[in-house]
Amino acid sequence: MSEMDNLYREVILDHYKNPRGHGVIEGADVEAEGMNPLCGDEVSIFVCFDGDKIEDVKFRGRGCAISQAATSMLMEMVKGRTAQEVAALDREELLEEVGIPLTPIRLKCALLGLGVLKLALHKGKGTPLPNEWAGLAEDLELR
Amino acid sequence: MAVTAEAKLDARKLRADFPIFEQEIHGKPLAYLDSAASSQKPRYMLDAMTEFYETSYANIHRGVYDLGERATEAYEGAREKARAFINAESTREVIFTRNVTAALNLVAYAWGLDNLEPGDVVLVTEMEHHSNFVPWQYIAGRTGAQFLAIPVDHEGELQLDELDSLASRGRLKVVACTYVSNSLGTVNPVERLTAWAHAQGAIMVVDAAQAAPHRPVDVQALGCDFFGFTGHKMCGPTGIGVLWGRRELLEEMAPFELGGHMIRKVTLDHTTWNELPAKFEAGTAPIAEAVGLGAAIDYVGEVGLEALERYEQELLDYARPRLADVPGVKLFGPSAGQRAGIVSFAVEGVHPHDVAQILDWDGVAVRAGHHCNQPLMSKLGVPATTRASFYLYTLPEEIDRLVEGLHKVRKTFA
Repeated sequence: MSEMDNLYREVILDHYKNPRGHGVIEGADVEAEGMNPLCGDEVSIFVCFDGDKIEDVKFRGRGCAISQAATSMLMEMVKGRTAQEVAALDREELLEEVGIPLTPIRLKCALLGLGVLKLALHKGKGTPLPNEWAGLAEDLELR
Repeated sequence: MAVTAEAKLDARKLRADFPIFEQEIHGKPLAYLDSAASSQKPRYMLDAMTEFYETSYANIHRGVYDLGERATEAYEGAREKARAFINAESTREVIFTRNVTAALNLVAYAWGLDNLEPGDVVLVTEMEHHSNFVPWQYIAGRTGAQFLAIPVDHEGELQLDELDSLASRGRLKVVACTYVSNSLGTVNPVERLTAWAHAQGAIMVVDAAQAAPHRPVDVQALGCDFFGFTGHKMCGPTGIGVLWGRRELLEEMAPFELGGHMIRKVTLDHTTWNELPAKFEAGTAPIAEAVGLGAAIDYVGEVGLEALERYEQELLDYARPRLADVPGVKLFGPSAGQRAGIVSFAVEGVHPHDVAQILDWDGVAVRAGHHCNQPLMSKLGVPATTRASFYLYTLPEEIDRLVEGLHKVRKTFA
């Protein structure tokens, strides 16, 4: 398989074309948004909690296939887990799911959704933003 | 030099002057379609810089020894080449800067801070590169002047019928406009805008970053007041650009950067400034880079700017219909009239970064992004575009490979 086929493997394209957890939750407990100024990728994430549990989570956004597919995968990974668990989620866990080699530039695309989600959890439940996110958060303009 | 003056440009032959094309990218010949971002470098220019470093290098203007004199001659010789290249009246009006951004910041700060006040209008365009947009927006904010932009129509042309209503919003002091749009390839009527600006009592600042490398330019014929171009987009090295300014304006302006070489006399109480152009060249200059720029000017001059302009027009006429034929591809920018060798497009349903990534695997290098034109992108209603841009070494078959690549993009995302 060529590197290109690898980068745009079927599962990435599938998540890009048919994103899971796509949409807006009206009256969500918390929402956050982020942008990757380099590519113009944009992601907004909406979360509803049941106690500390993420009862529902949805995203909307636009951008490159990597950013949108990774966020779609993230939605499937975190629904039903607790805010604390997801706040502590290692980015490698998501990157394994994405499962493709990424250059430093494209890495930011892949991590945009996770950054936005961690910010939403921080806003909603006061979970910590890990140090590693501090730098990335500046790059990604999370708010 | 490996080139000879010819009426018609022979890109295939010129290409052999550029060592970078000797390599393959992902097993394919390099189709470098990103010259609007930066051009590749001919051996002639690289050799000129190396030879200068190996035989004539020293710091300039102060050394009384032979080497220092030769280095100064080489640096000032490059200034004369730059003067002739843009047909300026005097080398005193030719200031070496780091690039066009530095040139335009110099004007915005050194002219703008002392000449703008509340009630004044600074007029840019919606298609300005951020380098001729942000400094003016910032200095207008600092001085209380109004910052306005000439709108762009759906074809990517300036809406000149808006000029008088924009000017009526205050005292027009500055018009800052790009000669050629880096995103759309639009060639703006800079001469006409200059005449209009002067009739309003404003100065005219021209960003020629995308013009000077590709077509003959003449600051006296344009009649503008400031004009910036850069070396790295025209076969020269990075780190060297030129600000040309009308002498009487440069004379009355305060300096921008302060330090060595730009002074005449320094005491504990007071410092006086050096003559032009030294007044605006503080510190050790990019000496070898200036020499490289001089060699680049020789090189493109030998190719011929008229021939180059015609050739790029041919490439554009070849590229546009072929790109437009790819299903789902939408072209931006003027479909007719004066355009440079730049074509921006969108592929339906595919982000420009994904387009560029897939093209890269076929050795086709294009730019994807906002091209430092965020206000223009929002006007076009897209976050970013994919852009292919041409130069004297671009071949029609590289455009064919771009088109084939776009079919592959479509297939991948089908």
